[in-house]
Amino acid sequence: MKRYVAGEKHAVAFTLNGRERQGWCEPRMLLSDFLRQQLGATGTHVGCEHGVCGACTVLINDEPARACLTLAVQAEGARVDTVEGLHDGAGGLNDLQQAFRRHHALQCGFCTSGILMSCEAFLRHTPCPDEKQVREMLSGHLCRCTGYAGIVKAILEVAASRREASHA
Amino acid sequence: MDGADGGWCVKPPVFDYLRVDTVDEAVELLAKYGEDARVLAGGQSLLPMLNMRLAQPRVLIDITRCAGLDRISAGGALEVGAAVTQAALERRGTLQAESPLLARALPHISHFQVRSRGTVCGSIAHAEPSAELPLVLAALNGSVSLRSRKGRRELGAGAFFTGMLATARRADELVEAVRFPLAGQGERQGFSEFSLRHGDFAVVALAASVTPARIRLAVGGVDDRPRVVEWPRLSGSALDDGLNELAWSLDARNDPHASARQRRQLVRRLGRELIGVLCA
Amino acid sequence: MQASDTDFRPPPAGHIGQPLERVEDAALLRGAGRYADDVACREGTLHCAFLRSPHPHARLLEVDAREALALPGVHAVLTGEDVLRWSSPFVVGVKQPMEHWCLAVDRVRYVGEPLALVVADSRYVAEDALELIRVRYETLPHVVSIGDAIAAGAPVLHGKVGSNIVAERSFRYGEPEAAFAAAAHRIGIDISYPRNSCTPVECGVVVAEYAEQDGSYDVLSNFMGPFSLHAVMALALGVPGTRLRHRSPRDSGGSFGVKQSLFPYIVAVCLAARKARAPVKWTEDRLEHLAAATSATARQTRLEAAVAADGRITALDYDQIDECGAYLRAPEPATLYRMHGALTGAYAIANLAVRNRSVLTNKTPTGLVRGFGGPQVYFALERLMQRIAAELGMDLPELYRRNFVRTFPYRAAAGALYDSGDYAAAMSLACAQGGWEELRTRRQKARAEGRLYGIGCAAVVEPSISNMGYVSTALTAAERARAGPKSGAIATATVGVDPLGAVSVIAASTPAGQGHATVLAQIVAETLGLAPDDITVNLELDTQKDAWTVASGNYSSRFAGAVAGAAFLAAGRIRARIAGCAARELGAPQAELVFANGRIFPRGEPQRALSFRRVAGVFHWSPAQLRAGETPALRETAFWSPESLAAPDDGDRINPSAAYGFVFDLCAVEVDRDTGRVRIDRYVSAHDAGRLLNPMLAEGQIRGGFAQGLGAALYEEFAYSTDGAFLAGTLVDYLVPTACETPDPVILHMESPSPLTPLGAKGIGEGNNMSTPAAIANAVADALGVRDVTLPLTPQRVLELLGEAEPPPPAGLRQPHPAAGTNVLAAEGSVTIAASPEAVFAALTDPQSLARIIPGCSGLQGIAPDRYRAEVVLGVGPVKARYTAEIALSALQPPHVLCLEGRGESMLGAAHGKGTVRLEAAGAGTRLSYDYRTEVTGKIAAVGSRMLEGAARGVIAGIFDRLAVLLQAPAPERAPWWRRWTGRTGGGA
Repeated sequence: MKRYVAGEKHAVAFTLNGRERQGWCEPRMLLSDFLRQQLGATGTHVGCEHGVCGACTVLINDEPARACLTLAVQAEGARVDTVEGLHDGAGGLNDLQQAFRRHHALQCGFCTSGILMSCEAFLRHTPCPDEKQVREMLSGHLCRCTGYAGIVKAILEVAASRREASHA
Repeated sequence: MDGADGGWCVKPPVFDYLRVDTVDEAVELLAKYGEDARVLAGGQSLLPMLNMRLAQPRVLIDITRCAGLDRISAGGALEVGAAVTQAALERRGTLQAESPLLARALPHISHFQVRSRGTVCGSIAHAEPSAELPLVLAALNGSVSLRSRKGRRELGAGAFFTGMLATARRADELVEAVRFPLAGQGERQGFSEFSLRHGDFAVVALAASVTPARIRLAVGGVDDRPRVVEWPRLSGSALDDGLNELAWSLDARNDPHASARQRRQLVRRLGRELIGVLCA
Repeated sequence: MQASDTDFRPPPAGHIGQPLERVEDAALLRGAGRYADDVACREGTLHCAFLRSPHPHARLLEVDAREALALPGVHAVLTGEDVLRWSSPFVVGVKQPMEHWCLAVDRVRYVGEPLALVVADSRYVAEDALELIRVRYETLPHVVSIGDAIAAGAPVLHGKVGSNIVAERSFRYGEPEAAFAAAAHRIGIDISYPRNSCTPVECGVVVAEYAEQDGSYDVLSNFMGPFSLHAVMALALGVPGTRLRHRSPRDSGGSFGVKQSLFPYIVAVCLAARKARAPVKWTEDRLEHLAAATSATARQTRLEAAVAADGRITALDYDQIDECGAYLRAPEPATLYRMHGALTGAYAIANLAVRNRSVLTNKTPTGLVRGFGGPQVYFALERLMQRIAAELGMDLPELYRRNFVRTFPYRAAAGALYDSGDYAAAMSLACAQGGWEELRTRRQKARAEGRLYGIGCAAVVEPSISNMGYVSTALTAAERARAGPKSGAIATATVGVDPLGAVSVIAASTPAGQGHATVLAQIVAETLGLAPDDITVNLELDTQKDAWTVASGNYSSRFAGAVAGAAFLAAGRIRARIAGCAARELGAPQAELVFANGRIFPRGEPQRALSFRRVAGVFHWSPAQLRAGETPALRETAFWSPESLAAPDDGDRINPSAAYGFVFDLCAVEVDRDTGRVRIDRYVSAHDAGRLLNPMLAEGQIRGGFAQGLGAALYEEFAYSTDGAFLAGTLVDYLVPTACETPDPVILHMESPSPLTPLGAKGIGEGNNMSTPAAIANAVADALGVRDVTLPLTPQRVLELLGEAEPPPPAGLRQPHPAAGTNVLAAEGSVTIAASPEAVFAALTDPQSLARIIPGCSGLQGIAPDRYRAEVVLGVGPVKARYTAEIALSALQPPHVLCLEGRGESMLGAAHGKGTVRLEAAGAGTRLSYDYRTEVTGKIAAVGSRMLEGAARGVIAGIFDRLAVLLQAPAPERAPWWRRWTGRTGGGA
């Protein structure tokens, strides 16, 4: 058993985007605040802090999680992936990020980080989604700018191209 | 009047966080802290309440790393351990055959990003009257396995759910697992839900199981807990009358988004459609 | 405007008008955005949290922060006393003795109103401290509806004003009385527009610092204008504008007008920094954003049209009442006046009468929300158009065609100058390509099958680039003369070329995701013959260093028409200066020079090209080479204001906007008779926004506006209970459409360039916020065959409109609860207790037994006869709160009747319950029946409204169950009818 005493700061370490990172926090600190304030990873955004808007979605051990509904101490020893870790392998935008740009799938961009992380997990579990499945997955994110049309198109296009690439 | 008012908070109050490795440790702590402790598994119901400071436990007991709690097994029933996420159950390859009702209901729970963390047992322990899993457990006449330092007891769904966010779990007990009876030969199961947006809590949710001999129908979202009725194979106007009587018998809630009357209508209309399909 | 500014027109095949991918995206997609909350703060920055009122209306008797200040990590608590000492009330556009301070000073007037602010090491600690501030309130009667607010004898929010009507004016244009008298038909509508908001996903952020040496404030926030409010803030802080430095970060997580409402909080955080003697940061959370940031103004309208026999509308008569919340907050009463000059909509109507009133209620103050003023007007006007068509039995497109404005420019009755357009052509486009005939066939078929299918339209003139003078139409001509006229819509942009020939653009447009940087790069690149990638755009605005003025900011869809135009003018000046230098060097006429691909050459002689970089370098490296009198270095700031925007004239005619686009929408819906759900079968939106600078971004604006309009039509409302409690405090309660609820509209374009803006562009960002609620409402009304509909058209409302009779309960079952309206927490019930009425009555009136039957009560302390003080822990499941309560017994008629009342406050809000208990002998025992009404306000109502009724019932039933147990009765037989039911059928529960 491990005890983290209220009001005291404890070391919390996990693998963030492939790198070992450590910070200090009280047991009550939310993972969203820990990422942004202790580790300087401000790509994960905070929009509601009650788990509805989806802006803070990250991957914990490859599965999506609301960072605002996760205590930092819960992530101890885990693999945490955030938008800062997405790239094409050479520092450029990956296929999903590029598709978002091409389809004007973002305006203010505040909800985008969480959506991108959800999509990575979703497309792993559902490599051949139809539009309804994409929209149902997206319903866990609120976007106020785009009306979602570009986002849906971008995801469907990337799903198709990743399928093609995996068959080739 | 005077009194402290508090703010419109979004950060949890202080608490000790205890990450246990075994169920024995967990129940020891529950015995020690009782009402002052809350069990943390997926946290998808608990964390919003903590962030808003609607609940202020002194101790959180994280059970997600307890050996054995992440197991799903199918003997006479589908037994789901306390750390099993809704997503893990949803992705079980044999679920459709074992429990068509669960397979139908799970995708209605909140969102993909919440099911990946939220646990099956956590949702049942929370006993939100509009939630899908308590409804399914009640519809299938499943049971809850409660463990304390003193031992285990098994409660049927009907005895477990006692009201809005209220259950028969004692403060020193852990919901260790829940059991969903497997679908029987010749049993047809169905699920129907009306919510305002995709992923919202149900305004009305119905779970039904039909055998050649009977109809069993559970209603969620209307009363303070899931309510279940069992009928012979009614049809036509007898079914309409039964549904109307059921609708009126429930202690239907009003809230800003749906009236009691609307809920009664949904019980009648969705019930008719669901049972119609299952009895066809 | 300089003549040379307009001489240059870019070649048609440049970057302008191309669907260029956005330059903003590369950073945002990597998580490298720089939003306000991301910007690093100076070491030692403290964090704050606001204490907010749980009451809709109360006098503040005492705010005691001693315990909070004693908490480790707490640095300061700012209260009304500090605010009175260090600031002034906010100025507002009407002359009324209404005081609005950044924190409540003597009264709270809405649930969520800030009354204190805690500064601490972290937000966590600041929230801990909020629980320790003790406030004494004396609750006051409140008003929540327009009707209540204007009723005779209504509680008045601001005593010095003497009335809740804080602004009233009547207007008359043409001969409306004569037109009505002569009309064949007089057709009217009574209609209301609700409170809602576009709720950006990013909430507000303010970081403020006070400099004691010169009394100045330095602020970073995601406030986005209008920067006329900078003056309001500086006046409230009592400093010259230059000593309120405001900086805007590069990125903003959406605004839609809403972040205008940050300005009172900026002042509060400034004062907190002053008190704490340290930089202070506030990050607004979602709960406070929903409850207390702002709202679109609710409006009640009576609109009548004088209609000739052939369907031509000859006059309109508006009676509009805006509900502005607890304070008239700048720029209100602007919601009433943004559309004022254009109240006749898309129609050529010469006669107009208007009566406008702004009223205050105990609700959050209103302000800018995308569409501002438009949704309110068009919901009334376009619903009326449908009614006129129905009453005249006329085809809707024909009615539109007969009434549309035909020739441009067109001066509307109340003063708007419609610059360009072809409304009939836009409607034809929508009908032809959107499938009007096909939809009518579909409707016919659906109806033949007994389904509910309807079609609706909306025609909207979309204003952009607001005239800073329009709000002054709220004043009389004499008042305006005294205050000094206001007019114009000044836009600002700066283009500079550095010593290495790199081009930068600065503009005071404070974008929030619309892609301003991309469009500015397109315009400047095209003007200078460069690639958009060559242009660096920085739109962080610093009021101490950058060019800006009152009209600056991100509102009224002013970017494409005004700011992009100013950048175009500034780039044109740079081009002219570089061209002058190049012309001398090349010995070619300046007008013959071509700027392309980073080179400058005489037309037809590309081999003689000079590099852009080299020629631009001359201005920096060798000014002596320049023509005598030529300014050295290369930086041009253009200020542009539309000449058509004058102050209101003596006849109250006002041109409220510089450009007017047009939207024509077609909507077809099917309504599910069983559930009340509205399904959009097709949505078509045809737009004419003048010249499109980037069609991809233009469509993005349309889709976003459509999604918000859809939300307003079907889902979103800031609901309040009749008790004044706010009920939509989370994103589970305030329903924003998700991808599953948002269909993809068919979008069509026309381009009628504006002759009045530098690039011919008009705004496109707000049209669908104005048109979509009306078009959907029209379609639903058509599907249901009803005259009146209320927004949002939730399934519950739709079922009510359908009005199908409910099958009665079967014999033996009665309706469990009286048909209470939503939001009214009423409970009634009965228990049978095995004790005599006398014994029950005695138990209820004895403080010791009373303490035992009130759930969570640790003991009653007598404060007066039959009056007690108690600490009571109430809640459901894990949700619990400790209430400091007063419990009173009254109307005692032993042993038959008594009245039991409780009132308390807790961290979660305030609760009040009052009910009557009746005792009747029943056999050997007593039948106790009760009838309760409870009011719950504050946080718990805002975040838990879904559960409130059930929770209240549970708590009250719990009291009487405990009473039965106390009197050692067998398990109480309450009357939960389901038990009898399940008992009869043998089912388990």
